[in-house]
Amino acid sequence: MSAEIARPGFFRTAWLVTRKDLTVELRSREIVYTTLFFAVSCVLVFAFGFVKDGRPVDDVSAAILWIAIAFSGTLALGRTFERERASETLQALMLAPADRPAIYAGKLLGIVLLLGAVELVVVPLVALLFQAPYLARPLPLVALLVTGTLGFAAVGTLFAAMLVRARSRDVLLPVLLYPITIPVIIAGVRGTAALAEPDGAAIVRAWISMLVFFDVVFVTLALWTFEAVMTE
Amino acid sequence: MRRTFLPAVGAATVLFAAAPWVVARAPYEQTMGLVQKIFYFHVPSAMMMFVSAFACGIASAIFLFGRRPRADRLAVAAAELVAVFGIIVLVTGPLWARKAWGVWWQWDARLTSTLVLWMIFMAYLLLRRYGGPGSDRLGAGLALFGMANVPFVYWSVNVWRTLHPKTSVVMTLDPGMRPAFWLSVGAFALLYAALLAVRVRLEDGRATVEQLYLALDEHD
Repeated sequence: MSAEIARPGFFRTAWLVTRKDLTVELRSREIVYTTLFFAVSCVLVFAFGFVKDGRPVDDVSAAILWIAIAFSGTLALGRTFERERASETLQALMLAPADRPAIYAGKLLGIVLLLGAVELVVVPLVALLFQAPYLARPLPLVALLVTGTLGFAAVGTLFAAMLVRARSRDVLLPVLLYPITIPVIIAGVRGTAALAEPDGAAIVRAWISMLVFFDVVFVTLALWTFEAVMTE
Repeated sequence: MRRTFLPAVGAATVLFAAAPWVVARAPYEQTMGLVQKIFYFHVPSAMMMFVSAFACGIASAIFLFGRRPRADRLAVAAAELVAVFGIIVLVTGPLWARKAWGVWWQWDARLTSTLVLWMIFMAYLLLRRYGGPGSDRLGAGLALFGMANVPFVYWSVNVWRTLHPKTSVVMTLDPGMRPAFWLSVGAFALLYAALLAVRVRLEDGRATVEQLYLALDEHD
């Protein structure tokens, strides 16, 4: 080993990247406010389609919740990397003597925390507006939200990073992202809908384990491909 | 390539020419009657679609990690063929479904996962077409994810549907239908191989032209 400057380890690098993103975001709060308002608008628009005679259609609240998460997640992903592109900081980040997978992990954690903040408002709002008893089972609900958001963001962070330099990236991100994340959406919607059923505990567990499996496979795959895809 | 290409096209032509007779002579299915004949086109196309999806995914992985430009050309060709054979599957399927189930489309596990797979590869082609420079590597990443996603899509859609029971279609093949079916599979496999070879050849030619242009620019 030559006398190098000591490089921080994987988790330290990832945390530094996340902290940088959070610091930038906390100064303007641009992405979290706009994404949150967009998610609430989504819920409102869907409510007009799915409320009949003053009552929501069966199971529709779970679908609206996850569509709002997926749509606002796409927006947040696009905005986060657009910010990096506009100030050309992604290039600087790639030039930094840090492991590429650690950079990916840091960006992923930042997106998950951002979406978590949005969900903190949107989930109670949907439960309230559609009389859905999700909050009665907080633990499975949190497990579904965490695993679902992580799975969606794992694929989304990789694709959004890939598309930073691509033409028509705004439209390509959802086009690429939604077909791949369909298992996450199905598991999230069906798992959340099962929360409201009195004997749905086994179904909820099955969907959570599917989400965990999905997360493990796709985070591993993304860590593995991030370097190859981001090399110019 | 030309040595294997012409015999493949010739054999595919012979098989496709023979197919109408063989298919016509295969026994009628009792409940479906004539509509069941779609099966001889539908199933082989679906088989080729899945073969092509895996070919694209594997070629993309080789391109991404082994950096072989030829693997990328194979991946593009295979992705286009997923789209082509997918169209055949998605058009012949509803024709049969209208007679069998009374509706054009059912949100059945097999149908939904085929549609999702087809959409992933359409997204791949959109990315390759409109992504601009560097979209070959991005496409390879997407194809890799698309291939890894196939079991998840199938499993999740399967559970999603089986929570709500519905009539399922059991495929039990009458011995009299077997020759016609396997002849169709052979014909579609040869057609697939021939189309893939042509398409890769086109990409090869395009890459050569590009290289020549670059060399010309350097001379100026």
